[in-house]
Amino acid sequence: MAHSSIRGLRIAITGGTSGLGLALVRRLAEAGADVAFIARGRAGVERVCRERPDAHGIVGDVSEKEEIYPIAIQVLGALGGLDVLVNNASSLGPVPLALLADTECEDLERALATNLLGPFRLTKALLGSLAATAREAGAPLVVNISSDAAVTPYAGWGAYGASKAALAHLSRIWDAELTAEGIRVLSIDPGDMDTPLHELAVPDADRASLKNPDQAAAEIVDLIAARVARAPEPEATP
Amino acid sequence: MIPAAVAVQRPSDARLMVIDTSGQVGHKRRTDFPALVHSGDLVIANDAATLPASLSGIHLATGRSIELRLAGRRSLSQQVDTFTAVVFGNGDFRLPTESRPRPPAFSVGDSLQLGPLRAVVREILEHPRLIEVKFDGSGQEIWEGLARHGRPIQYSYLSAPLALWDTWTTIASRPVAFEAPSAGFLLDWRLVDNLRARGATFATLTHAAGISSTGDARLDAMLPLPEAYEIPLRTANAIDAARRRGGRIIAVGTTVVRALEDAAASDGFVRAGRAVATVRIGPLTRLRIVDALVTGQHEPGTSHYELLRAFHDDPVLCRAIEEAEIHAYRTHEFGDSLFIVRGQKIAWQSFITTSDIPRRRLSEPASASGQTAGRSG
Repeated sequence: MAHSSIRGLRIAITGGTSGLGLALVRRLAEAGADVAFIARGRAGVERVCRERPDAHGIVGDVSEKEEIYPIAIQVLGALGGLDVLVNNASSLGPVPLALLADTECEDLERALATNLLGPFRLTKALLGSLAATAREAGAPLVVNISSDAAVTPYAGWGAYGASKAALAHLSRIWDAELTAEGIRVLSIDPGDMDTPLHELAVPDADRASLKNPDQAAAEIVDLIAARVARAPEPEATP
Repeated sequence: MIPAAVAVQRPSDARLMVIDTSGQVGHKRRTDFPALVHSGDLVIANDAATLPASLSGIHLATGRSIELRLAGRRSLSQQVDTFTAVVFGNGDFRLPTESRPRPPAFSVGDSLQLGPLRAVVREILEHPRLIEVKFDGSGQEIWEGLARHGRPIQYSYLSAPLALWDTWTTIASRPVAFEAPSAGFLLDWRLVDNLRARGATFATLTHAAGISSTGDARLDAMLPLPEAYEIPLRTANAIDAARRRGGRIIAVGTTVVRALEDAAASDGFVRAGRAVATVRIGPLTRLRIVDALVTGQHEPGTSHYELLRAFHDDPVLCRAIEEAEIHAYRTHEFGDSLFIVRGQKIAWQSFITTSDIPRRRLSEPASASGQTAGRSG
């Protein structure tokens, strides 16, 4: 489904070199969005940049406090402003998955740093730009990628599920608080996808039963397009 | 007045001196600021985020260490390879700028290695330490180099080095300011909500605030340097609407005063779009747009203090300075605040206002092009 409303949107995606993030980079760039993507590995960033020279690749780790502002500056430098932030980068916590009672504290901390603190910090650093977009009659949107593990207590998914549950609730509260600023914050469960992260979690999964990340990306692109389409028209100038 | 030595944007004990339109001086808590705003007023803030504009490196011709402080751009376009910059000799933030060793003499064509960034000196401007540099590489490489190697410009009166997050206001948007538009530190989202709840309107412009001090008297006398800015169409419209309904235009920060008065310099109407502010606002300036200003505590002799002289005559400001001394107001970026409402100046009646004629426009005169901040370029 083509979306003319995606064209020209300034969109940043974390975890943009594999799985759902990469699928989003491809689909959104294809639809004419101005896309910046962030990932930890320089080799992966350069590989995606070769495939999509129209996208801006940024090397950075959202779980590291010191890297948030350098990432934000590069996003805003590349795009000149921001319409949509997709917090997609995720950490499983312990690999292989472990019962909570067997989970090292450091593994839980890593899951929280990537899945909760990183999205909080990056969104906060970019909130001024999203609010500026709203003042200019845009329809700024933050999409936080969640999981059914945020709702259902699957054994072995404790660190991941708890961090994603916190992210989902943070999204709901932030969405309520930012209504006055015209910024939406949504939490989305894309479904069980055939991604490197899922492969780490469930190495022997029946891949045929898993959703293609490209399908999940298409659904998120639809959601972004619907949100933008509902935005109010700029008021007429006198 | 004493410098505020700790980098806290909204200290709970921050104070707000108030100079009303009659020149009376009062004292309030800074959290009382929304109560000074009336229904129908328009509050305009500078939403520029702060660049890590301090770049340490080597002057390759001499091998000497330097610090380059980015200080200006010709336009707020997406092009980021060319900057005006002030050069300092080696040294860190604990050394006041006036005590820093002099940098080597620069020549046009000299190469500078600034961490991962390579730059060439394009021009020596009106002072040996004021130069134009051009960075090698793509826009993305330059942004990465600035983001990873640059540091925010530091202040010797602070007890610890500033991190970039200390310098971004709550509303910080595009990273184009060279030093923080620090009057905006008083803003948080709750305060913006409170302003709206009082029936006021909140709007922004983007102004690339330049550097505040160079440690050199002749260079300091040239401040503020030309500063690029962009006024969104909606902000220009909001100004017209506020004036029609009799609301006041309240600037958050001296940079907002400069941008608005520059944009209105030709005929008294604020134009939307991009331009470079060249007006110097002082005692002879007739303010055309701004009715009130919330800013920091400024000391006589600085360009910020000169700007206050456009709002009130010297006897009023002298009284305010005395009050600030008596009550030990804190000055500088993280200090206490001042809310000053424009008075009926005697000076306006006896002088022709030559100082508000732009000296020169560097590029892109403001135009009602309908471009809005962020989407253009």
